[in-house]
Amino acid sequence: MTAFITFLYYLMVAFFAVCFIWNFRRSKNWQSEVLYLIVLLPFLLRLFRLK
Amino acid sequence: MKNQLIMRKAIFTAAFLLVFIFSGLSFYRSRHLKEPVVAGDGLLEVRKLSHYFPGLKGSLNDASVYILGKGDAGSEGGAALVLGGSHAEEPAGRLAAWLLVENARLEKGRLFVILTANPSASTSTRPGGAYPPDYEIPTPWGRQKFRQGDRWSNPLDQWPDPEVYIHYPSRQQLAYMDIRNQNRTWPGRPDGTMTEKTCYAMTQLIIKEQIDLVIDLHEAELQYPVISTIVAHQKGEDLAALASMMISGEEGFNIGVEYSPVALRGLSHREIGDHTQAIPLLLETPEPFLDATRGRTDRALLLTGKDEFVMKAGRHGLLFEKLDENGWPIDVRVGRHLSSIIQIFKVWTELHPERPIQMENVPRYAEVISAGTGYYLKNPDQAPAGRLFYE
Repeated sequence: MTAFITFLYYLMVAFFAVCFIWNFRRSKNWQSEVLYLIVLLPFLLRLFRLK
Repeated sequence: MKNQLIMRKAIFTAAFLLVFIFSGLSFYRSRHLKEPVVAGDGLLEVRKLSHYFPGLKGSLNDASVYILGKGDAGSEGGAALVLGGSHAEEPAGRLAAWLLVENARLEKGRLFVILTANPSASTSTRPGGAYPPDYEIPTPWGRQKFRQGDRWSNPLDQWPDPEVYIHYPSRQQLAYMDIRNQNRTWPGRPDGTMTEKTCYAMTQLIIKEQIDLVIDLHEAELQYPVISTIVAHQKGEDLAALASMMISGEEGFNIGVEYSPVALRGLSHREIGDHTQAIPLLLETPEPFLDATRGRTDRALLLTGKDEFVMKAGRHGLLFEKLDENGWPIDVRVGRHLSSIIQIFKVWTELHPERPIQMENVPRYAEVISAGTGYYLKNPDQAPAGRLFYE
């Protein structure tokens, strides 16, 4: 059960990481672009099991 | 205009990848740093915790258990278990355990040492804490690097946390993150989280090996009242009080005694005493690095224990232990732990001559301060065959 919940959390992290990348691509405001990338960083570090 | 936009995004993406790659490499190296252990002549065997609970096999927390003794000649005595790294961010505990494995010789009894009781916690640092990833101890043959670690198991190994952590078996409600705190998950359970399983494996070790004494090595912030003390289960009150007197009289420093609160669950000094035959004692030394009012959180603070902001807190009467310009160097903290262990074994043997634990060749407080912790660490490049291990 614990492993399944962990798996769901990783799916959630992946989903939000894709959302941030998508929004970064669509954005035309440089401040928003920087913000999306800053927020994306911890999501990718967790997804790649680095931090 | 469109080209400008593409160029800007390309620059941002390149900068992002740079940060991601460098930070990722740093975290990866820190998590996978191998720490050498050169076991001394007293080593009988190295086992894994999964020997006592197979459910831990394959887990990062399948810690190494170093068994010291004198073979059959010494097996008639008592048995003790020393835990370093229950909280990996408290390095004096791990280093004291390291010196035991590399130097101690058992004349009577057996000594079980776990250098990193929560290996997962040693592979991460506190988010937002600005901890260094590692630190180095100078030795006569070079510098030995150790992982810094954190108080809690790495979320990469146990995630997510619940809203409220309900301790097993008491069902006491504790803070959510303490489900990853190895000193809140005793006695553990076989079908629990990784941290609970680790405690369960150690509980099985204590029962199966008929351990008499468990000594859990910790460090504490100076703004926390349980400091410079032995925390004892009620089964070990006499032992702790006598050891405290002997330490104060013979070793050159004072250490108090606190009694383990019956209502506070999950701690080693409570649950090991309640669920096994062993007497658990928890030792605390001062570590200013842990204080919330500290300044720059770097390797120097970790190893020297000098911090002007924590000192200022002391001038306002906010500390439970003194702190002056001399700080609390790592050698002082390691020496305190080692001398405390020596005296606890001595008192135990006097109180229980039928279960003696006699240990030799372990440096005491004054010796560690004089020569330095690194003096007693052995060179892995010159390790005899079969004596080199990695944590």
